[in-house]
Amino acid sequence: MSSAVAKEKNYLNASHTVKSWLLTVDHKRIAILYLISISFFFFLGGLAAFIFRLDLMTPQGDLLQSDTYNRLFTMHGVVMVFLFLVPSIPATLGNFLVPIMIGARDLAFPKINLMSWYLYMIGGAFILFAIVDGGVDTGWTFYTPYSTAFAKTHVALTLVGIFIAGFSSIFTGFNFIVTIHKMRAPGLTWFRLPLFIWAQYATSLIMVLATPVLAVTLFLAALERLFGFGIFDAAKGGDPVLFQHLFWFYSHPAVYIMILPSMGVIAELVTAFSRKRMFGYRFVAFSSIAIAVLGFLVWGHHMFVSSQSPYLGVVFSLISFLVAVPSAIKTFNYTATMYKGSISLESPMLYTIGFIGLFLIGGLTGIFLSTLATDVHLHDTYFVVAHFHYIMVGGALMGYLGGLHFWWPKMTGRMYNEFLAKISAVLVFCGFNFTFFPQFIVGYLGNPRRYHFYPPEFQIYHVMSTVGSTILGIGYVLPVFYLLYSLVKGEKASANPWGAKGLEWQVPSPPPTENFTSPVVVTENAYAYPVREQKA
Amino acid sequence: MYGKFSLFPEQASRLAPHIDMLYFALVAISLFFVVVICSLIVIFAIKYRRREGNEIAQDVHEHHLMEVGWSLIPLVIGLVLFAWGAKLFLGIYEPPPGGTMEIFAVGKQWMWKFQHPDGRREINDLHLPVGRPIKMTMISQDVLHSFYIPAFRIKQDVLPMRYSSTWFEPTKPGVYHLFCAEYCGTEHSRMVGRVFVMEQADYEAWLASPIIEGGAPREAAPMNARAGEAAAVAAAVNAGEPGAKGKAVLESQGCRACHQVGNPALAPQLEGIYGTQVELADGSKVKVDDDYIRQSILLSTVKVVKGYQPVMPPYQGVVNEEEVRHVIEYIKSTSGSKK
Repeated sequence: MSSAVAKEKNYLNASHTVKSWLLTVDHKRIAILYLISISFFFFLGGLAAFIFRLDLMTPQGDLLQSDTYNRLFTMHGVVMVFLFLVPSIPATLGNFLVPIMIGARDLAFPKINLMSWYLYMIGGAFILFAIVDGGVDTGWTFYTPYSTAFAKTHVALTLVGIFIAGFSSIFTGFNFIVTIHKMRAPGLTWFRLPLFIWAQYATSLIMVLATPVLAVTLFLAALERLFGFGIFDAAKGGDPVLFQHLFWFYSHPAVYIMILPSMGVIAELVTAFSRKRMFGYRFVAFSSIAIAVLGFLVWGHHMFVSSQSPYLGVVFSLISFLVAVPSAIKTFNYTATMYKGSISLESPMLYTIGFIGLFLIGGLTGIFLSTLATDVHLHDTYFVVAHFHYIMVGGALMGYLGGLHFWWPKMTGRMYNEFLAKISAVLVFCGFNFTFFPQFIVGYLGNPRRYHFYPPEFQIYHVMSTVGSTILGIGYVLPVFYLLYSLVKGEKASANPWGAKGLEWQVPSPPPTENFTSPVVVTENAYAYPVREQKA
Repeated sequence: MYGKFSLFPEQASRLAPHIDMLYFALVAISLFFVVVICSLIVIFAIKYRRREGNEIAQDVHEHHLMEVGWSLIPLVIGLVLFAWGAKLFLGIYEPPPGGTMEIFAVGKQWMWKFQHPDGRREINDLHLPVGRPIKMTMISQDVLHSFYIPAFRIKQDVLPMRYSSTWFEPTKPGVYHLFCAEYCGTEHSRMVGRVFVMEQADYEAWLASPIIEGGAPREAAPMNARAGEAAAVAAAVNAGEPGAKGKAVLESQGCRACHQVGNPALAPQLEGIYGTQVELADGSKVKVDDDYIRQSILLSTVKVVKGYQPVMPPYQGVVNEEEVRHVIEYIKSTSGSKK
């Protein structure tokens, strides 16, 4: 089965100069550039979290000054949201897979794709410089008037960094939209597309429509901070709550930018490791679009106690409940896909099962927060922190790691150590729950988020959380070693090591620069795994 | 109660048991779905594991009815929860029933300042009588803050330049946490306080006591007030007039030069206007409420009453929030019991 003829050219060995990487317009190489960059920022953001979690071992915070603590949680949020989670799956797995999965040679605009990586790096450099030169202490939400008139840290520099990185996201989004519309292989109709493509498409719509609003909002905040504009400053007749409306108009859909691609990955994994087509393909496909659309109409659920009209709160609560339906459909259908399948529990499948469990808890606790009366109590407490980590780490990151393990042989042409990968998947799952589950309890008890000091009766939960985060940390560091080791000593991967369906498994591992050597024609649905008749 | 290990916070307000009931319903529903889905995954992973004789998946017929069914079930459960939550939530915003005690709060980096109906002030400590609805009217002197008492299950953001309010009824004497829940800078996590819920008699005894527990003496150290003014205020208050402090502020700030009692020639009358509608220079109408009065003092040129020139100077930075509050109380006291 192996197509690895020793001297066969692929996208990795096509050329070796630094220039050939930095000026590449090959979507696969750009995906690798992104992979290296976002991994760097992931570990930077993780390090910040680990330091303040250590500090939170004691109620009086023995390790850090309050100012340092505030800068660390801000750095964690800004780096993880804008430099890791938002680009994570689309820019790495998406970049690598979207053209191959639809039978195309590259994305529609390869040079814009490269520019998008450069914009990301420039934005990242601004943020990195702000961190190194003293940091920023507003929280990743930049609420006014604190951020515009009171904070004495690098707010403007960070805002500019996010502004620039935002354009990389817009470019990726529209590149994907055009590619998916115009470059599908003959025979690859919309309802034959892998669900990963549907998810990338829905995500791209949000990126293109919501990110400009973030850009405008941050631009206005920067103008106010630098030149004293009075848009959000109540003392000048502005409105600080307006900032929250604008900010969440992007940042709620941004949650779906993070989770939808992960749902797409899970669809590929659950079908591949159950050797079965997706149960209710069309329902899953349309639920991605439904989530993308409804996601634009729920931003006010972050603001139930902000002084917005209570009647507005009622409307936002109702629409938020509607988002529960497509999310539930996905969870039920992933589970139903396993029914009567041929299930093998290799490491990507372990991540998939972990995803379903954690996303389920994340989604259900989201209902606590879209319920108006309980949100009044839970808003801005650790309950919210736990909830969104279940979605954005338990959901988005588990999907990303599962996808990375699944497509690693395709991207690198090497197999990693499966035993270590299983250990790491289990460590991540257990460490994650250990870290974040206690935060639901301490949140209901009333511990506000972003608190450096806290009442001593909450300590037990914080100690559990810190211990859990150590396990989680080991689970994240382990893959760095065995994945890098696989590049040197890993067994050569065949074209289709998992026996999965999909165009990407029909090309060699790693694929040649031009992806396909002969024209592609698609004649079957996605996930056309063979089935046997049920016994009576 | 305070400083003890627990899984749930103390229920110390009329609202708290209702919120907890809804919370437990949510926990029960969540547990149900988690147990069902997780059991199915484990059962499927074992029963349909890949092995000899199960290398190929079995054909499963898809029922659209089933899909629609499991879309509708979450929808129906969701709508019930939505209605339950919304009903309780709107109750928090309904005008408090009669007999409400109003407490004024100022949030600033990084402390809470409170003012009781009789003018008594305290910092970070809040003494409250049990069994009486209490309305909090709050404003921030700088950034956003959020007034949060977990034992009461209430939270309300506190904004600069705009009053926000919430209400609750303490039902259990004790000492409870007060937190600032909206990140507000360096010492955000030190912007905390204690809420003392006391029997009515104890509360009255506390009001009458000369020294606040661990706090400032009653009138000896009014916050931010200028010394001479503090004396005038004290004298007026001792006379026992309602709204006396506001009256004293009006005198000491020279407001009476234009706002003369019974003479609207130079400036609009202040007496009796609370709760009425006034027409502005641009023809629009506005109801005289707390926010309008406050804005008319601090940003006096923004909403000028029809027929007058915008000659009053803005008092932003001249008077503090407590003084503005006194003036509002005075205007209220001359306007009957319209709230």
